[in-house]
Amino acid sequence: MDFSVIVSDALRSGIGPIAAIYALAAMGLNLHFGYTGLLNFGQVGFMLVGGYGLAITVSTFDGPMWLGVLGGIACAIVLALLLGLPTLRLRADYLAITTIAAGETLRLFYRSSWAEPVTGGVFGLQRFANDFYALSPIEPGTYGVWLVRFSSRDLWVMIVAWALVLVVGSLLALLIHSPWGRVIRSIREDEVAARSLGKNVYAYKMQSLVLGGVIGAVAGMMQAIQVQSVNPDNYDPAVTFFLYTLLVLGGAGRILGPVVGSILFWLVLSFLDSALRQAIDAGYISPDLISTSEVGAVRFALVGVALILLVAFRPQGVLGSRKEMVLSGR
Amino acid sequence: MLVPALTLVLVAVPAISARAQGEEVPRGPTFGARALQALVDGIQFGVIIAITSVGLSLIFGTIHLINFAHGEFVTIGATFAFFLNASEAGPGWHLIPAAIAAVAFGALLGGAVDRGIWRPLRARGTGLINMFIVTIGLSLLLRHVVLVLYGTRPASYGQYDIQSTIGLGPAGITPRDLTVTLLSVLVLVGIAVLLQKTRIGTAVRAVSANRDLAEASGIDVQRVVLFVWMLAGGLAALGGVFFGLVEIVTWDMGFKLLLLMFAGIILGGLGSAYGAMVGSLVIGIVAQMSTLWFPVDLQYAWALLVLIVVLLVRPQGILGRAERVG
Repeated sequence: MDFSVIVSDALRSGIGPIAAIYALAAMGLNLHFGYTGLLNFGQVGFMLVGGYGLAITVSTFDGPMWLGVLGGIACAIVLALLLGLPTLRLRADYLAITTIAAGETLRLFYRSSWAEPVTGGVFGLQRFANDFYALSPIEPGTYGVWLVRFSSRDLWVMIVAWALVLVVGSLLALLIHSPWGRVIRSIREDEVAARSLGKNVYAYKMQSLVLGGVIGAVAGMMQAIQVQSVNPDNYDPAVTFFLYTLLVLGGAGRILGPVVGSILFWLVLSFLDSALRQAIDAGYISPDLISTSEVGAVRFALVGVALILLVAFRPQGVLGSRKEMVLSGR
Repeated sequence: MLVPALTLVLVAVPAISARAQGEEVPRGPTFGARALQALVDGIQFGVIIAITSVGLSLIFGTIHLINFAHGEFVTIGATFAFFLNASEAGPGWHLIPAAIAAVAFGALLGGAVDRGIWRPLRARGTGLINMFIVTIGLSLLLRHVVLVLYGTRPASYGQYDIQSTIGLGPAGITPRDLTVTLLSVLVLVGIAVLLQKTRIGTAVRAVSANRDLAEASGIDVQRVVLFVWMLAGGLAALGGVFFGLVEIVTWDMGFKLLLLMFAGIILGGLGSAYGAMVGSLVIGIVAQMSTLWFPVDLQYAWALLVLIVVLLVRPQGILGRAERVG
């Protein structure tokens, strides 16, 4: 077993572009779940419309990239309104059901043969982010220290994605400590009390849903840009479940929760992945028990176990406060 | 509520229908025959969804938990029966004993998650929203355990695989599908009798109606909840075997069905067992009838549309009581 490879894999994905993208998507989810108490199980749907909004504008309609970004954001706003309109007046469980169903339905819709002329169907769309990479000021080559090295492309995506995390995080911190933020937190704590103080709870919830959805869409765009491709099957509901895991891990209802959660999540996940593969290659784990191709599934199953244990024993995660995370949903 | 949902699909855009007809022609020569065929397929599909969703709705009714892992119970039932029936490593039983064993396994699994996860969490005072998140963790865990054990290859059971259809007027149905449909209806009637006539069924209804009052009247609520979980697990497994029989067994079949179950129970009224039956039947018919006009790969998407329309117009569902749900 080569430990330097395992450590390198773990560190690279802990600070890499994917961790930044998940942190960003989880920030949107944090606004929904951590601050407003909205149970959005379809954050992946917002990532999907964001990524596809960009890809379709550039690839299918030959539009400029800035228009694609605006298109993706517009799609996320429309989706949030469509989801919020029927469900936000109802109990939390209705929103949970509708969002998980909407995320999956969007995926089915975008991959259907009917939508293929626009979305590329099961093949998806590729090579729509050349403009983004053309902006890169970094000379081609690999950069890094010790075991952690990135290509210039990844480095550029990383810098932009972490910068977005910084910007969005700062904006959210300001918002949360503004009067608006106090109202949404009071909705999470006691909706009836907020309503009886004359606050339009429905409007605040809707604003939170739209804003968090747009943040999710931006994360989806960065994800699409990072691999220069969108494919419906990358938007599995499991992505939302991952986001919940890392959000609870880092601490929901904390600005830095998603960031700490995402870094830890990807660090541990890649460590496990790499260690399992090496152990199988080296013969420490019999291939009959787990084959290399099953490592991915084992990893997912472990995430499920981690999520159950976290919520049961440490719902506040690393940074959160336990008092805030005992939500009843009524 | 049936009417707007159905008309929405029936009066749908003719422009799209012209395009879709060339690619996805259901069996039968004339439109009427195809519509009848879709209706028959829809009823068959609907009763299978109903079997799986009744348990989901009963769980919601008794402990207000939405079990996002319910789809995995379905998959586990189907794949467990597949293991006993047709897997190379399995004992190669006939499908009927394999299905019975799968139902028993599903019931045990349901009981095990209640005893092992939900009861301790309730005792710890974990909030309901946090419990929802635990169910998605459980879903992730079970789904990928199935993936490791079963693999990604779709497969059929060893028996009743290929059959010729028998005619029902212009529509046709295979003896297998007809048997599955009739058995499903029998099971649904059985659940209704269980809920209405037996002692435990009455207790389930009492806990659904008012948990505190039921507890004060001397009903052992924990035991009722355990019974509901076992019933739900067994029914989900049975639905999985039926679905695997008429369609195919895959590792993610349950998750696809889950969305239809959600649409069904919300359409019928969250928490009502009979609502779940009626709602699921409607969803099954809508999904199959949509293929008359729209591509087959979008048929599940219509369920969501129905769901959103219901939430806008009548959030308590067809059979739900009109109460404040917001």
